[in-house]
Amino acid sequence: MSQTTIDPRSLRPPPKRPIRLSWSDERVRGIFWQVVVVGIVGSIIWWLYSNTVHNLEVRRIATGFGFLNREAGLPIAESLIEYSPTNSYLRALLVGLLNTLKVAVVGIILATILGTIIGVARLSRNWVIAKLSAVYVEVIRDLPLLLQLLFWYALLQGLPGPRQALHPAEGVFLSNRGLKLPWIEWQGAHSLALLLFVAGLVATWLYRRQALAKQIADGNPRPVWHVALLTLVALPLAGWYALGAPFTPDIPALRGFNFQGGLTLSPEYFALLAGLVLYTAGFIAEIVRAGIQAVPKGQWEAAQALGLRPGTVLKQIVLPQALRVIVPPMTSQYLNITKNSSLAVAIGYQDIVSIANTTLNQTGQAIEGIAIIMLVYLSISLSISFFMNWYNARIALVER
Amino acid sequence: MLGFGPMVRRALGAALLLATTALPAAAQQAPVDTLAAIRARGTLVCGVNTGLAGFAQPDSQGVWRGFDIDYCRSVAAAIFGDASKVRYVPTTAQSRFTALQSGEVDVLFRNTTWTLSRDTSLGLDFPAVNFYDGQGFMVKKSLGVTSATQLNGATICVQPGTTTEQNLTDWARASNIRFTPVVIERLEEVVAAYVAGRCDAYTTDASGLAATRSAQPTPADHVILPEVISKEPLGPAVRQGDARFADIVRWSHFALLVAEEMGITAANADAALASDARPEAQRLLGKSGDLGKMLGLDNAFALHIIKAVGNYGEVFARHLAPIGLQRARSPNALYLHGGLQYAPPFR
Repeated sequence: MSQTTIDPRSLRPPPKRPIRLSWSDERVRGIFWQVVVVGIVGSIIWWLYSNTVHNLEVRRIATGFGFLNREAGLPIAESLIEYSPTNSYLRALLVGLLNTLKVAVVGIILATILGTIIGVARLSRNWVIAKLSAVYVEVIRDLPLLLQLLFWYALLQGLPGPRQALHPAEGVFLSNRGLKLPWIEWQGAHSLALLLFVAGLVATWLYRRQALAKQIADGNPRPVWHVALLTLVALPLAGWYALGAPFTPDIPALRGFNFQGGLTLSPEYFALLAGLVLYTAGFIAEIVRAGIQAVPKGQWEAAQALGLRPGTVLKQIVLPQALRVIVPPMTSQYLNITKNSSLAVAIGYQDIVSIANTTLNQTGQAIEGIAIIMLVYLSISLSISFFMNWYNARIALVER
Repeated sequence: MLGFGPMVRRALGAALLLATTALPAAAQQAPVDTLAAIRARGTLVCGVNTGLAGFAQPDSQGVWRGFDIDYCRSVAAAIFGDASKVRYVPTTAQSRFTALQSGEVDVLFRNTTWTLSRDTSLGLDFPAVNFYDGQGFMVKKSLGVTSATQLNGATICVQPGTTTEQNLTDWARASNIRFTPVVIERLEEVVAAYVAGRCDAYTTDASGLAATRSAQPTPADHVILPEVISKEPLGPAVRQGDARFADIVRWSHFALLVAEEMGITAANADAALASDARPEAQRLLGKSGDLGKMLGLDNAFALHIIKAVGNYGEVFARHLAPIGLQRARSPNALYLHGGLQYAPPFR
């Protein structure tokens, strides 16, 4: 396209025409209608706002966000950060937000893995595997999610009580109080190791990018595994060792009513996660299948004709083209997982909706409570959207 | 993004300015005269529980029955002389105050605890206390627990969105007890979780515990622990700023109490009207004086109430005794019998 001759006259700016204040001027009409539309929308919003504020005042209902600093006094079962009922509402809401993220992030990762496996399995030449995944997709998509959540929760409640807990291995207990696993007493050294591991992930990714760029330049593949081993295993271990290599096992044991110590996977979290992952995987499977099938057969055949190995064909030829079809609908599935996680309230997982609901009940400030819930979901959803749009633009077909 | 030129941006600014200055405040005034609104409508709109045995629950024919329902009926009888002129709006713990504030219901009879913050910051008034309740615990008999002080380390099922959660944490802190909460919104689900053994104990108001226990296949498998960890004065709520309507709700309750004090029942009300010579009975039933008129009602408003639902004792016996709630030696007994139910005189 850049090779075609350009008429130099087309690069000149169009001649400026003075605006006539007349109905026959297209631009004046355009501005007029814009003013009218914006004016109507603006006055509706303003009317709603002032009406609400006025009526709240007339009814002597408290407003404002001052309650956020008050003591919450609400109990929360599971929390990623330190929390006690003496903390403020703000901290309680933060715990709820982290609980929502905990289920959404893990859910997105697991649903993507499971969905991809099922989607590929549906294209399998093995008749049994293909049909099994087809049945899975059809059944799971047709049942309402809330029903599935209640089903999983009821199923987990059918497990034996803590005193008759299943005990498959040392320190592992499965009961209707959840899955208890042995864990270690978390200390600073472990945090350092985790931090180094994350840094290692970034370093490995950067190194791999450079290696690929060099490979494109001179054609020689460069191994990445030794850098990965160094940054992902050796450095975190060294950091842990440098701080004295603390290791105190924390093994759960039945004391009184419940298991004390160890790591807990609560039935509420597990039921919500299982429900969301299994449900969304059904949709993702179809998206993956559609994406792979959208790559023309000629591409497979051409790649095979070049003598590429099947793995390389999938990695270098088919997947990059399939991803362009897969990513946009995948974004909405990720958004669905996040938003559907609000069904947690039905099975007692304390996510942001559950905690904001209690907050608005204890304080009576319904409008503020709902506004917080909306703001949280809007922020999470917009972040996912921005990231996926960026990723989509990155893998988009670059025309040369 | 839409590419707005500078001209368009200026136009947008002008439009916004126009929008914010041209229109006068169209804010709506809150309806103040609830009684007039109810009369004009022809029915009392009563916010009730979505379903709690003994207090408000539709029977097999879909007719609402219960303690709170009889209170709705008594207010309708006071206003219209006809207890059937009520429309029931089931409200959840979350939606109840919004329903009242927004005018969707005229009055709440929904196991609502009177607290200072609700009385002040929600724009509500609590005209009376018709049931003195307190939060308790229920456990399975097989657990072998006999006192709430033995619940250290237990998992406790609780419904969110009420004073219950706060009472639970306050009590745990005060008595140095650690517990794991399981917070489930719907009553059916939280009870199911308790029954399935997800929790060691279930906590709510003692009246709610009694109702839940009585609904179990074998109530004897469950024990309500003796400790009561909070004060829960339950009563009706109305919007703040309409004292006349609040008076009507308040004195409808007092009429039920005074009727019991004087031994006037649904069955003998007509006979009492004809032959009871006690001056207060005559004033209560509207035969003498004009107490009803002072409330803006029919002078025989209390007679209508008593004929429709009976006196307080009859209402209690009809709905709360069957779910296992004791009245004798409880705060809900009349003051004559050492309880807290006390009405100012009808004069």
